[in-house]
Amino acid sequence: MADLGKRYRRAFAAAAASGDGPLVFPFLTAGFPTPEETPELVRAAIRGGAGGFEIGVPFSDPIADGPAHQDAYTVALAAGASLDTALEAVRTAREAAPEVPITLMGYLNPFLSVGCSTDDETEQPGEAVGEPMEALARRAAEAGADGLIVVDLPVDESDAAREVLARHGLAMIYLLAPTSTEERIAAVAERASGFIYLVSLTGVTGARDQVAADFEAFVGRVRAQTDTPLAVGFGISRREHVEQVGTLVPAAIIGSALTTTIASAPPDGRAEAVERYLEVVTGRRSE
Amino acid sequence: MTRESGAFGPFGGQFAPETLMPALAELEEAWTAAQEDPEFRAELDEMLRDYVGRETPLTYAERLTEQLGGAQIWLKREDLAHTGAHKINNALGQVLLARRMGKPRIIAETGAGQHGVATATACARFGIECIVYMGEEDVRRQALNVFRMGLLGAEVVPVKSGARTLKDAINEAIRDWVTNVRTTHYLIGSAIGPHPYPVIVRELQSCIGREARDQLQEKTGKLPDVAIACVGGGSNAIGLFHPLIDDPVRLIGVEAAGEGLDARHAATLSGGSPGVLHGTRTYVLQDEHGQITEAHSISAGLDYPGVGPEHAWLMLTERAEYVSVTDDEALDGLKLLSETEGIIPALETAHAIAYAAKIAPEMSPDEIILLGLSGRGDKDVEIVRDALESREP
Repeated sequence: MADLGKRYRRAFAAAAASGDGPLVFPFLTAGFPTPEETPELVRAAIRGGAGGFEIGVPFSDPIADGPAHQDAYTVALAAGASLDTALEAVRTAREAAPEVPITLMGYLNPFLSVGCSTDDETEQPGEAVGEPMEALARRAAEAGADGLIVVDLPVDESDAAREVLARHGLAMIYLLAPTSTEERIAAVAERASGFIYLVSLTGVTGARDQVAADFEAFVGRVRAQTDTPLAVGFGISRREHVEQVGTLVPAAIIGSALTTTIASAPPDGRAEAVERYLEVVTGRRSE
Repeated sequence: MTRESGAFGPFGGQFAPETLMPALAELEEAWTAAQEDPEFRAELDEMLRDYVGRETPLTYAERLTEQLGGAQIWLKREDLAHTGAHKINNALGQVLLARRMGKPRIIAETGAGQHGVATATACARFGIECIVYMGEEDVRRQALNVFRMGLLGAEVVPVKSGARTLKDAINEAIRDWVTNVRTTHYLIGSAIGPHPYPVIVRELQSCIGREARDQLQEKTGKLPDVAIACVGGGSNAIGLFHPLIDDPVRLIGVEAAGEGLDARHAATLSGGSPGVLHGTRTYVLQDEHGQITEAHSISAGLDYPGVGPEHAWLMLTERAEYVSVTDDEALDGLKLLSETEGIIPALETAHAIAYAAKIAPEMSPDEIILLGLSGRGDKDVEIVRDALESREP
């Protein structure tokens, strides 16, 4: 697994060397508002300065998402979006930006459906969700993804799935939250590759006015146990947030605010809105 | 970090967002400690006796048995528990647990409103803040239960996402929990969700099967040949089945076939496939892309596209059988019990009655069917009236 997560490493190393501040990873919901528009929105985000990508797979029951993403998933699914739409978006991003790390992000059930395995000879649930990920991992790797974030696959159940991903050169990106105990942080630190996704606040996705007050302490607790690069998401929506968290971690993930930007732009101005928004949050353009 | 408990073979587990994982560990710890604490047990037993009215009776359904002309049918009367259904057993136990954990706020989901009413009741009894999430569509359909919850001091929050029914209410309750996890206990209403919920709910509902087993032996000197219960999430069924699991008893769970298994239905085990929903690996109703599909049943309490993971395991190991009954058959079951025994059952329960009516005539008079009468039907009379009127020519 020597090269597991190599694009993540290179991207973080380059960002550190450049001194340009934190990387910004946009989260784009595949198929929102329509599958046809997704490739152009991906290219617009790259033009705007995306330092990496989270391509979100819409799901019918997103229990960790606030209203902006719930609505986006509903719209995307109604427009016919599926995992194929997300893989197509990965391919688009990979072609447009060969060196940018791309992470597929979503909930477990749509990922499991690719394999259609109903093998119930397994001994326990964590194993049962491992093998069905094989088909997904193969296709995600072929499309050019570097890793996978599975919102509802905590470290406790992840060993079988992580091994399947690793066979295809994909990193399992773990999440940690302010509520995570030292024991859980250690378990993630031991298994992490690529980066660790820090959920900045105790709550669901969605823009907030301020970065959570206890975020610095949270970063400190994680830093004490690992050197794996950290990226922060949930609640980050403005350039000032990016600058603020950028003093603590090398990457910020922006989801709901970008989704809202797309939703509120005129139909023929969505790509431009995405590009301009990315320029602002990456500090390339002042508001 | 491999968890030892919480798995039913390949089903169950903890497929929850990281934010909730420490709370699930805390809950498991509190539950284990409570189980070992004689004071907790004593307090719960006292409340079940003096507040809920346990034990509930076991009634011999004499005229129903005569009419069907086969096996004796015995009814475990959860409809006579306070609030009219088995839901109170779980709600009360979890409220006591939340108090032990020092959680000042309780949230719950509800479909038809039975679990919401039971939770609001238990919270009122102990003066705990109670918020109930309910799909907007269900709020409209079950206006009376919404009013009942309000009378009991609970706040009902209509959920506007998705199809605005039970599944969406659970999603919203989980989102609340993700946000307020440090102060809040999520009082889940069925044997579903991430570990340890399926175990906690099973244990709190197992009084149904324990009592029924003892009562039947006292009255007949025998064990049942068949135990039947309806299955939505499956809490009343697992409560009836679990104490009988080592006995030579046929266990039959009856799901809601809605308009038929080839049309809209809620028969997750009969017509679904393995997947992950609401924190657990179990059978779910889903499309080929892994998106969860809407369930349909005339009974709001069975209208759920998942099922408790232990039921998936009991089906896989063939310890229990799962069958299904349509909306129409359930209506007939409801009429049958009402006319023969003077008991109007809940529409959920009516599914179990309809299936018992199918198999009883094939059995001999010295055989016994134990039927989990999970709730009473007052809440459903309007829906039943409309449905019966619309099917008349």
